[in-house]
Amino acid sequence: MNDPRIAVVGSGPSGLYTVAALLASGQPLHIDVIDRLPTPYGLVRYGVAPDHAKMKAVTRVLAKPFTKDNVRFVGNVEVGRDLTHDDLAACYDAVVYASGTERDRCLDIPGEDLPGVMGSGEFVRWYNGHPDAAARDLSLDAEQVAVIGAGNVALDVARVLGRTADELRDTDVPARVLAALARSAVHDVHILIRRGPADVKFTPAELFQLSELAGADVLVHDGGDGIGDPSLAEDKRVRLNLKTLRTFAETPARGRRRRIHLRFFSRPAKILGADRVSGIVVEHTRRQARDQAAGSGERFVLPVGMVVTAVGFRGAPLAGLPFSAAAGTVPNEAGRVMAGAAVVPRVYVAGWLKRGASGIIGTNRPDGAETAAAVVADLAGRAVPPRPDVVDLLGSRNHLPSDWAGWLRLEEYEGALGAADGRGRVKVHDLESMLRSCTTPMRQ
Amino acid sequence: MPYVIAESCIDVMDRSCMEECPVDCIYEGSRKLYINPYECIDCGACEPACPVEAISQDRAVPNGQEEFVSDNLRFFADPLPGRAEPLGQPGGAAVLGPVGIDTDLIASYQRDG
Repeated sequence: MNDPRIAVVGSGPSGLYTVAALLASGQPLHIDVIDRLPTPYGLVRYGVAPDHAKMKAVTRVLAKPFTKDNVRFVGNVEVGRDLTHDDLAACYDAVVYASGTERDRCLDIPGEDLPGVMGSGEFVRWYNGHPDAAARDLSLDAEQVAVIGAGNVALDVARVLGRTADELRDTDVPARVLAALARSAVHDVHILIRRGPADVKFTPAELFQLSELAGADVLVHDGGDGIGDPSLAEDKRVRLNLKTLRTFAETPARGRRRRIHLRFFSRPAKILGADRVSGIVVEHTRRQARDQAAGSGERFVLPVGMVVTAVGFRGAPLAGLPFSAAAGTVPNEAGRVMAGAAVVPRVYVAGWLKRGASGIIGTNRPDGAETAAAVVADLAGRAVPPRPDVVDLLGSRNHLPSDWAGWLRLEEYEGALGAADGRGRVKVHDLESMLRSCTTPMRQ
Repeated sequence: MPYVIAESCIDVMDRSCMEECPVDCIYEGSRKLYINPYECIDCGACEPACPVEAISQDRAVPNGQEEFVSDNLRFFADPLPGRAEPLGQPGGAAVLGPVGIDTDLIASYQRDG
């Protein structure tokens, strides 16, 4: 009898927690983890901020499945380019899409298309050395920057812009990125938050971290409403955030080179500029019913030369799969992909593509377990036909995937690059060099 | 700065946090759960998962409960009562299973009220 073959598309936390849960089921399975890059770990490598090195230690756990003989890493293979959904359906008994939500949501305001405006995804990929952003030469020559959003990504962007070069030196950012950040002209980072202090989605520890920047003061602009009494907040996260914001507000500015402004009740109305960003029109908002804030008509201009929008992500439609344009996700029930009321057989989703772009790394563990349980339940007692090996199929198309051993070679090379520069690890960020490192053992 | 579990977990042990922890570093004693500071990656997933708000960053434990910070460490760094070796870094609570022993502090702890 054949063991069922399962494809997991995407090797970020959601894909790899799904794999771990599939393995924990104890069923005999063969699992291929397919990624468009030759590197595993998705947003752990390319999303988690470089100064959150400890969080990246989650890779210790995520890597575990690849020590098993029945799990392969099939890297440098893009579904939609190198393989179709039909190819996957032919090669596997179940296909789990865990490829995330890579597109930035838009603001839908005038001026959004001006050079100097970018989505947080784009900016984060740049500072994290994602090969998609490798060609990008970003010079941070604006003295003032607006960051729009009230979540952890907005904080990441503001923090990276607020860090000194010394603080970032001991991270894995590529040399070119480090040089650009060291030359940065940025003095003021304005985080524009539509609602009030009690409404933000920041993880308390990450908000607190703003106070640990060596070269930046943190200023709170509460919009005249006050910050609110932490002891009256029912939710612990709100309580902790209000407490931290009060501390920020009570700490006098220390005349540091940079300032991070948390501007509450502030909505971007229009981005100004002739051929690139020269300012942003901000409108004060007022609290209405709970969770609502409406424009007040009072406006002011911040003379920013760069705008980063961090208002969420959405998935891109995948050929051959249903898609909810409104949610930016694939419709599903507990991970089973749904076309209207009908289950699409043998196709599953996990992670952000399944539930939308929210939550933190840990959220993916129970999420992946749920999807894995659906896969295992659906496979139970079903005879599976013999199926072609996807690596052979790719070979017949002259496409050579990279493997786990290749990633380990690249990882070793990045470690050596870091050691040569007195840093822990330095990322290789153009795809050609990455693939070369994957296939070339290092000289001893 | 790892996260720690303080007083309100004692005799509750809801375990929701164990499911959320991405590195499976929350271990089960007899009366209380403990976060392994060697294995914790500071992600904060456990904090909102706890229904009795027992979890916080070590710098932010409730006033008067500072002893739980060192006690969480002691659970892993020192041999538990009746054991010869410390737990150290077992590499995951699911692999290890419930430990079933508490530190001296917790074993003899009297909750107020």
